[in-house]
Amino acid sequence: MRILLVEDDPTVRAFVLKGLREAGHVVDEADNGKDGLFLAVSENYDVVILDRMLPGGIDGLRILETLRGQKNATPVLLLSALADVDERVAGLKAGGDDYMTKPFAFSELLARVEALGRRGRPESAPQTRLVVGDLEMDLLSRTVKRGGEKIDLQPREFRLLEFLIRHAGQVVTRTMLLERVWDYHFDPQTNVIDVHVSRLRQKVDKPFDKPMIHTIRNAGYILRAD
Amino acid sequence: MLLRKGRRLGLFLKRRLRWPVRSAGLNFALAYGLVFVISAGAFLSFIWWNTTGQLDRQVELAVQVDAADLSHRWTQGGPPALSLAIQDRLDQNVDDDELYLLVGPDGRKFAGNLPGWPVVITQMDQFYELAIKRDGFRTNAKMHAYVLTQGFRMIVGRDVRGRQLVRHVLTDTLIWAWVMISLLAAGGALVIRRIFRQVVRSIARTTAAVAQGDLSQRIPLTGNETDLVAQTVNTMLERINRLMEGVKQVSNAIAHDLRTPIARARARLEDANRTATSAEELHAAIDRAVMDLDRVTSIFEALLRIAQLEAGARRAAFTILDVRSLLEGLTELYDASVEDAGLRLVFRAGSVRPVNGDPHLLQQAVANLLDNAIKFAPPDTAITLSVEMRGERLAITVADQGPGMSEDDLCRASERFFRAETARNTPGAGLGLSLVQAVMSLHGGALELKNGDQGLSATLLLPVVTPAAKAA
Repeated sequence: MRILLVEDDPTVRAFVLKGLREAGHVVDEADNGKDGLFLAVSENYDVVILDRMLPGGIDGLRILETLRGQKNATPVLLLSALADVDERVAGLKAGGDDYMTKPFAFSELLARVEALGRRGRPESAPQTRLVVGDLEMDLLSRTVKRGGEKIDLQPREFRLLEFLIRHAGQVVTRTMLLERVWDYHFDPQTNVIDVHVSRLRQKVDKPFDKPMIHTIRNAGYILRAD
Repeated sequence: MLLRKGRRLGLFLKRRLRWPVRSAGLNFALAYGLVFVISAGAFLSFIWWNTTGQLDRQVELAVQVDAADLSHRWTQGGPPALSLAIQDRLDQNVDDDELYLLVGPDGRKFAGNLPGWPVVITQMDQFYELAIKRDGFRTNAKMHAYVLTQGFRMIVGRDVRGRQLVRHVLTDTLIWAWVMISLLAAGGALVIRRIFRQVVRSIARTTAAVAQGDLSQRIPLTGNETDLVAQTVNTMLERINRLMEGVKQVSNAIAHDLRTPIARARARLEDANRTATSAEELHAAIDRAVMDLDRVTSIFEALLRIAQLEAGARRAAFTILDVRSLLEGLTELYDASVEDAGLRLVFRAGSVRPVNGDPHLLQQAVANLLDNAIKFAPPDTAITLSVEMRGERLAITVADQGPGMSEDDLCRASERFFRAETARNTPGAGLGLSLVQAVMSLHGGALELKNGDQGLSATLLLPVVTPAAKAA
């Protein structure tokens, strides 16, 4: 993916840059709002990572508003030290696609950026069938089969699996699952998500030879065909 | 153009001619004095006008009655009868204040005590007040002329020198009275100013002491109207004091609870740096240090969130909520992890009314209670999540069958960083219930903790939406 990173803190910028390049992405960087805006409007990116507070008079929200004002729909992930829920809402209202507060774990950032990049690619037609390896999901009849064998799932397990399949090959974090599958925006003390995933594994992986849902340490989960 | 100039001039005048006195006490006193003096002036003027007017009217009435009577005599007996009547009256007039004159067509005097017809009297339909000479001395008289038949004319009048004397005395008295009242008003104004100052001073003294940092000062209540202000200020001070205490307590707690994980992370990194012999060892130490730092971050976030909620500024996301479906969602989320912990989650919902609230915050609050219950409930027991109406409030209760808490701990449970002795070795920072408490106060509700029949029961009490508020 081509990614633009606009971040003024040199340590954080270098850290994110290195991580994204290691993950195989092509990354351009800017350390102020003016350069960031110039790159964002003149180049074509799959994802833009924007720090909200930038030096040089143009902050992240301004860049975002300018982009959206030009009908540029590039997915934007906002980074901010402002953890305030209202700030988050303001960022998303301005046209941001995701919002992360500093400090963050790189694995979480990578997972979210990759999820956004995939969303940016338009689908040719609304899908009614999702397939990963021998796992098939029919969105119309709401049935799941693996290797031709039907798997019975609760509605919530179905949605969880659907999210994993749609992001197959990508790491999804617990927070992403809580936000996207359950629409909850809080930080549970207990391992609620792990329990749900492990139940899903009982049904999707256990009866078969090869597990598909893998745990990535310090990050989250990934669903893979191999 | 002209209009604009005029307006500008008006504005200029308004600015330049602004009332110069700034002191509220002095203004108050001046207003008091002014009202007093004006009302006394009006009152005394009325007395003067009424009394002197009454005197005048009395004279006029007497003259008119007299004249009517004499005219009657004229019609009965002509000049001789009238002359006789006049003479009679003059003889009987002890006060010597009656004035009469009867003249013939040629101007000859027939009867009366006036020396001759005064030149000024030409009209027959009005009273004249003039200086006349009578019996050798000058005096003032009020007179009316009447035309009789056969060319005869008559004057009836009264000597009003005595009455004018009364009027003078009255005027003098009233003016002196007004002057004295004005002096009294000025004195009263000064007294009022003093009282006003004293009242303000007692409030000012207290607030000044508070401004200096002595938060224990309170304005003494005196039982007068200023108590309203005093009470409000006292309540305000009470709240500031509580907040300050909170800040103090929190900063102490932060110093302790945040230092611990930071110190741990630092120690791990330093230790690894000095003694680690393999890359794996280094990685493991760094991973653990990162976890410690994540813990610091999460404590920070929780603290900020609580502070934000306590500031009471976050009501933007408030909406009318069906608590029942909100709780059903949470039950569904938590069901699996409760079962995983060897417990059962029982959800009971009565019929409930909607509440006005922030769904995310309420979810967080209930989730915190559920997290606590899972943490402390003994294996193979039930956690009950229930919602019902309790009077006019909605009660969301999370009850476990755990050990409960001691009465002392119950009181302190929602303090920031408070952890009961028995909970020392469970994970957590002691902020969960503080957050719940903060969410409740934002919603105008309350958190109630008590030891139930079997374990601890935590209840969130929320005001429900009244039908009127809902319609609005």
